[in-house]
Amino acid sequence: MTDIGYVRTEMLPEQDAPSSAVGVVHWIRVNLFSGWFNSILTILAIYFVASLLYGVLPWVFKSSWTAHSLNECRESIVAQYGEGATGACWAVIRERYLQLLYGFYPSELYWRVNLAFVGLLVAIAPVLFAGIPRKVLWFSAASPFAIFWLLWGGTIWLPLSVVAGFVLGYVAYVLVSKPAGSLAGTIAAFLVPVLWWLLLAAPVASGLQSIIPLASESVESARFGGFMLSVTIGVTGIALSLPIGIVLALGRQSDLWIVKTICVGFIEFIRGVPLITLLFVASTLLNIFLPPGTTFDIILRVMIMVTLFSSAYMAEVVRGGLAALPRGQYEAADSLGLDYWKAQRLIIMPQALKISIPAIVGNFIGLFKDTTLVSIIGLLDPIGLSTSIRANQEWNGIIWELYGFIALMFFIVCFSMGRYAMYLERKLKTGH
Amino acid sequence: MKKSVFIGALTVAGLAAGMASAGTVDDIKAKGFLQCGVSTGLVGFAAPDANGNWDGFDVSICRAVAAAVLGDPQAVKFTPTTGKTRFTALASGEVDLLARNTTWTFSRDVDLKFTFVGVNYYDGQGFMVPKELGVASAKDLDGATVCIQTGTTTELNLADFFRSNNISYEPVPIETNAEAQQQYLAGACDVYTTDASGLAATRATFEAPDDHTLLPEIISKEPLGPLVRHGDDQWADTVRWTLNALITAEELGVTSANLAEMSKGTNNPEINRLLGTEGDLGAMLGLDKDWAQRALAGGNYGEIFERNIGESTAIGLARGLNGQWTAGGLIYSPPFR
Repeated sequence: MTDIGYVRTEMLPEQDAPSSAVGVVHWIRVNLFSGWFNSILTILAIYFVASLLYGVLPWVFKSSWTAHSLNECRESIVAQYGEGATGACWAVIRERYLQLLYGFYPSELYWRVNLAFVGLLVAIAPVLFAGIPRKVLWFSAASPFAIFWLLWGGTIWLPLSVVAGFVLGYVAYVLVSKPAGSLAGTIAAFLVPVLWWLLLAAPVASGLQSIIPLASESVESARFGGFMLSVTIGVTGIALSLPIGIVLALGRQSDLWIVKTICVGFIEFIRGVPLITLLFVASTLLNIFLPPGTTFDIILRVMIMVTLFSSAYMAEVVRGGLAALPRGQYEAADSLGLDYWKAQRLIIMPQALKISIPAIVGNFIGLFKDTTLVSIIGLLDPIGLSTSIRANQEWNGIIWELYGFIALMFFIVCFSMGRYAMYLERKLKTGH
Repeated sequence: MKKSVFIGALTVAGLAAGMASAGTVDDIKAKGFLQCGVSTGLVGFAAPDANGNWDGFDVSICRAVAAAVLGDPQAVKFTPTTGKTRFTALASGEVDLLARNTTWTFSRDVDLKFTFVGVNYYDGQGFMVPKELGVASAKDLDGATVCIQTGTTTELNLADFFRSNNISYEPVPIETNAEAQQQYLAGACDVYTTDASGLAATRATFEAPDDHTLLPEIISKEPLGPLVRHGDDQWADTVRWTLNALITAEELGVTSANLAEMSKGTNNPEINRLLGTEGDLGAMLGLDKDWAQRALAGGNYGEIFERNIGESTAIGLARGLNGQWTAGGLIYSPPFR
């Protein structure tokens, strides 16, 4: 018998991992103090963050919410926190937040803006999320006209007669393409609505209005302002620039010389000038070209310019996606016998757009923030309004509070867009 | 959707262009409101309140004109304009009248084809310095850093002033008044220079306004006034004499308080002519005889000044050059005769 000193007869119970390898301590060790260099960086970073908060937080919280002027703010802060105390004067936000959100929109009609915004959210839901019933898409298609009517008011027959143009185009396509072929049908589907909109839509709308008056109180564009103006311009630009951009990108790759030249010329011209130049064209040059006394809505001019600008960039983003697709995808589509539009719709575009998502959303975020440039041509978006609010004797001298509020609102919108893009990328990830 | 709105707008534009030849006063009466170009926001001169109603020294001119022509001081639509868009807005007909603290200069009057109808505020470029600097005159500012708004006449005036006095300065370029305020308070510049009215308004917002002083030198002439397009003299006359009515009323002691009593007739024939109880000055303008009474319902020149920028307000501007000529100022209206 060999000499056996000890035999384990039973298993030891499982022990918890040492405290240095799990939980908070472990996380801190691995992520913050994994080496002397990282430790120094961590300490420095903590120092900077702490000193920043030390400076900002008292200012944020030693504040006044109830005063009616900057001087009252200062007095009440001193009265509350002692001599020499300085703090934020949030009272200006409390007094003016409705103006910053809605501009000069009549306050008894705020519900129309709210309803339009809810309508917008409902309308984009089926576009954004796959879980929504497809029937809601009909609502999405109708929503631009409903939102237009809600925001601007006036006769309901105008948006309806515009819708009628699309219906006419479809009818023309069906009627013409049967006997004369699909090319003639496409041309008819383009020409008939354009002629309708150019020549008949406005008279028909006013005629119907005089027969059956159905109108809501109209609100002129001059009363648009604040975030409502930013969102209106931004959403219009976003919603229109993607389809236009896709068409331009396809046109740029086209084999037809004229189509290709027009698309390249448009894209390169628009990308060659800054947005602010286009806005100045909208606000000043157009006035000179048009006959004197013309009142061509400034917000409409700005929307057109912003859309054109954004479309050119969107076209290049989509073209990037198209270029990244392997040649084999195009050939596969051809070998299946799909025509050009079917190939684009079923094979090419879904893949190209998926590749382009980060850049597309980046463009959207940029576009939304670029809407603040309209303050330079005298439109009262949030930035423009902050100047106007400061021009009141009570609030002259208030700077950080207003900009802070505006920044917060923009952050909420842009951050949401960014998070949605990440969700979309994860969902569409097919992985290789 | 957008296309049709575009087309609709073009149609409206064509119609409007057809009507525009009728003369501005008739146009305004036909559309029922005055389109007035104002600043996007300048303390004391133009600012919207929490309900979106515009108020201020320049805005009051618009309201007086609207009252004279249309009988309702509220029948004004305001177009906020920036320094860059204001002249196009007026030239293109987007606004009927521009009341936006615009300096009357030769080239604006002659080359840009506008008619300045008068001066409602005599401004001039001044300097603000902290008291602790111990500077008593702008000529002591040799080597100072100066906060200056870029692209304005103030920048050129400043260079001229320092060069003609043989002293040097270091410019700190800034874009807006708000930025200037921050830079100046943070000590990024020793001096802030802009129009004296702007300096007074800015100083009024400081936590310790008494620590800062405005230097006595005014280095430029900035006569600010409302302007209209060339080519419609009847309209220019209407605005000019509305402004003159406000000025004359102060000179003659007609205020919004005693207006009702005065308009029953007085012993002073000029007051009677102004208020329409004698003569037919209104008819010569193409208005009725009560036009000036309506314009004065919002107060005479002195009341408007006092209410918006005068010494009772936070801005606290003294009348100075903007006093009546009878009180040593430059405000002077031709007679109502």
